[in-house]
Amino acid sequence: MAKVELALQVLTGAEATAHAMRQIRPDVVPVYPITPQTPIIQTFSRFVADGKTDTVLVQVESEHSAMSAAVGSALAGARTMTATASQGLALMVEVVYIAAGLRAPVVIAVGNRALSGPINIHGDHSDGMLARDSGAVQIYALDAQEAYDLTVMAPRVAEHARVLLPVMVGQDGFNVTHSAEPVALLPDEEVQAFVGPYEIPYALLDGNAPSSHGVFAMPDSYFELRHQMISAVEAAERVYGEVAEDYRRLFGRWLPALDAYRMEDAERALILIGSAAGTAKEVVDDLRAAGEKVGLVAVRLYRPFPHQALREVLAGVKRVAVLDRAASPGTYPPLFSDALGAVQGTQVELRSYVYGLGGRDLPLRAVHRAFRELLAPAHARIGYLGLVGEDDDGES
Amino acid sequence: MASLKTLALLEEERPGFSGGHSLCAGCGIPPIVRTVLGSIRGPKVAISATGCLEVATTRYPFTAWGVPWIHVAFENAAAVAGGVEAAYRALSRRGKIQGEPVTFVVFAGDGGTYDIGLQALSGALERGHRLLYVCYNNEAYMNTGIQRSGATPYAANTTTSPVGSLGKGKAERRKDMTAIVVAHHIPYAAQAAASHWQDLSRKVERAVQVDGPSFLNVLATCPPGWGHEAKDSVKLARIAVETHYWPLFEVVEGHYRITHRPAHQRPLEEWLNLQRRFSHLHGERGADLVCRLQEELDEGWVQLLQRDAADAEWFRALEEAGA
Amino acid sequence: MLPGDVLRPRTGGWRTGQKPAVDLSRCVDCLVCWIHCPDTAVRQWGAVFQGFDYDLCKGCAICVEVCPAGAIAMVSEETALDPGGVVQGTGVLAHGQG
Ligand code: SF4
Ligand code: SF4
Repeated sequence: MAKVELALQVLTGAEATAHAMRQIRPDVVPVYPITPQTPIIQTFSRFVADGKTDTVLVQVESEHSAMSAAVGSALAGARTMTATASQGLALMVEVVYIAAGLRAPVVIAVGNRALSGPINIHGDHSDGMLARDSGAVQIYALDAQEAYDLTVMAPRVAEHARVLLPVMVGQDGFNVTHSAEPVALLPDEEVQAFVGPYEIPYALLDGNAPSSHGVFAMPDSYFELRHQMISAVEAAERVYGEVAEDYRRLFGRWLPALDAYRMEDAERALILIGSAAGTAKEVVDDLRAAGEKVGLVAVRLYRPFPHQALREVLAGVKRVAVLDRAASPGTYPPLFSDALGAVQGTQVELRSYVYGLGGRDLPLRAVHRAFRELLAPAHARIGYLGLVGEDDDGES
Repeated sequence: MASLKTLALLEEERPGFSGGHSLCAGCGIPPIVRTVLGSIRGPKVAISATGCLEVATTRYPFTAWGVPWIHVAFENAAAVAGGVEAAYRALSRRGKIQGEPVTFVVFAGDGGTYDIGLQALSGALERGHRLLYVCYNNEAYMNTGIQRSGATPYAANTTTSPVGSLGKGKAERRKDMTAIVVAHHIPYAAQAAASHWQDLSRKVERAVQVDGPSFLNVLATCPPGWGHEAKDSVKLARIAVETHYWPLFEVVEGHYRITHRPAHQRPLEEWLNLQRRFSHLHGERGADLVCRLQEELDEGWVQLLQRDAADAEWFRALEEAGA
Repeated sequence: MLPGDVLRPRTGGWRTGQKPAVDLSRCVDCLVCWIHCPDTAVRQWGAVFQGFDYDLCKGCAICVEVCPAGAIAMVSEETALDPGGVVQGTGVLAHGQG
């Protein structure tokens, strides 16, 4: 069904993302290095040095300045992308909020990594969750191929007239950024045609109509201005669906907001974000082979959260384990809270688990444990998968 | 240098900045902004840091700005400007913008320049963006209610360096921001004051001609922050220059030149006595502190004279080459 | 946000009892007051001083201080003047400055 012949290359998620950026040919890329994002900008810098794209690279002195320059550039009228991770995203978060408020459609590639302290360079979603309420759209890739596809799709979502918001494309640090797999790249001209020209209203460099951006809002207007932004985030769900549909139609790859795996008649299910979907699918296959009615939902579009879609895919499911790769100390973790909002008023029971902080593997037996615990009625305790000693309670 | 008539005619045609804003009566900032904008020919884009100027000129749904204007946050004006300038370069290179060259000018206060914005400024200067960075320096965090900054002078009374039974105002010297900027090897940097608007205008004209970053540190009077009468704004700036508190000079490719030599050095007391932030120095009881301040000024002036003398030949050669 | 989208806010209400007035017979059109006015309340047209914009003027009196010709003085808000605060002849302005 693919209309375009795709050449397979063995690439890491970071390299695949850099290829997507090369093909998008953004006007400006302000960026600062940080593990595990660095291979994205290293690869991209090489493309620039080799004349494969004529993007203006701005090698800033911090991620805060990367995002600041990106907002200036995007509002000036130039397509702008950047990349970051972990502490870098933490440093830029102030400006991610502002980018959303000023409606700057910057695409941000994120190699998701734990936050300090203690310092740790490995994958989890704590950094993304720190930006959760910023107003940025958040999409998470399951693997390197998706990191590529979602990066190609991102400008269309960000720059849509009903959206005009930053879009973060997350990929798990190391599990995706540094893991090589066969990736099918689209032809450069197809990507160019897909993203189209960059057009925003009231560009700063539009000499005909001077405009003021980033003004001071008092209580008599701030709420309305923020509400406009909130509505734009909500509108991004529909726009994401349209862009994904276009992508499927043109290129034969389908990346809906939720990746539902063997959910048809599932009675128990897991929900999670990112690369752990691979491990979880293995377990689902094993359990299905043993006749158990289990399934998996991987959340690609995390902000705006596809509540209705999740509610629909969970209709008929009795119990669900929500696996968060980030904590919200003192309360339930983020994805669980979102899922809870989605199923409110239904009979679906949810249980919360945290796994994989700071690059800890999600072992198969931990996933088995979650499915096994779903056989019993739900309880309110937060489970920790892969934490030393935790997976061993109960027989395995 | 543009004459006031030229500036007036230009502003009449295309006002870059207009009244109706809520800066304080007698604020020293607007004349700086208008002189700077008026001295730049062709299209320009203004970038502001958070601060008095930004808050008071863009209260939604009003704007005082007749030129394209952007503000993102406090500490990042130079980075934002770098992004806008990079966008301009990218779009020009790809043929998406044509026409007269655009000038990018940043307006940030001393807090946004000396302190929280220093890193972003340093990065932007090092990267060589073609932009003019104007620090309107009123020597404290005025927008938040007069707290001490890295630009606040020794002994000044602020709400966070208050004079009390022990406190004698700010215990530390102001940092030499212009020297920090010069250390970035940028092509043009200068100190100016709105009282000497011709000097300021000439510096702007030079600054925007260089191929790279330029920096102007402009003293901005502040009636509530300094505790002076609104009507004395221009007078005080002039006194700052004539006491050597705020010498006017420029640094072209690392070479120093004094641009205005006061006929006589006015006594420091003339500067101190007009401002409530120095009222604890008025009269005998402040003598020690005044002494220290005076030493600081004299040291700076002597150093400046030496630099000016050492570079005189360089400027002569430059002018001959230009003539 | 675009400039001129809405009417300019009026800051003339900030004045506290005094407003500037100019004796145009003394004015030499140097425009020093124009550049130093923080509120663009000194009106000029074709580089000729035209009086004040009282909708904007905050009454700081900088214009009085900087005028080299002594053409401007602060007068009571109640003083009846033409809309731009222009008076002809020296009698009306009680000058405090030289
Ligand atoms: S009193 Fe102040 S605000 Fe009014 S015109 Fe004179 S300088 Fe401008
Ligand atoms: S400063 Fe005095 S002489 Fe000069 S234009 Fe203004 S009113 Fe006229």
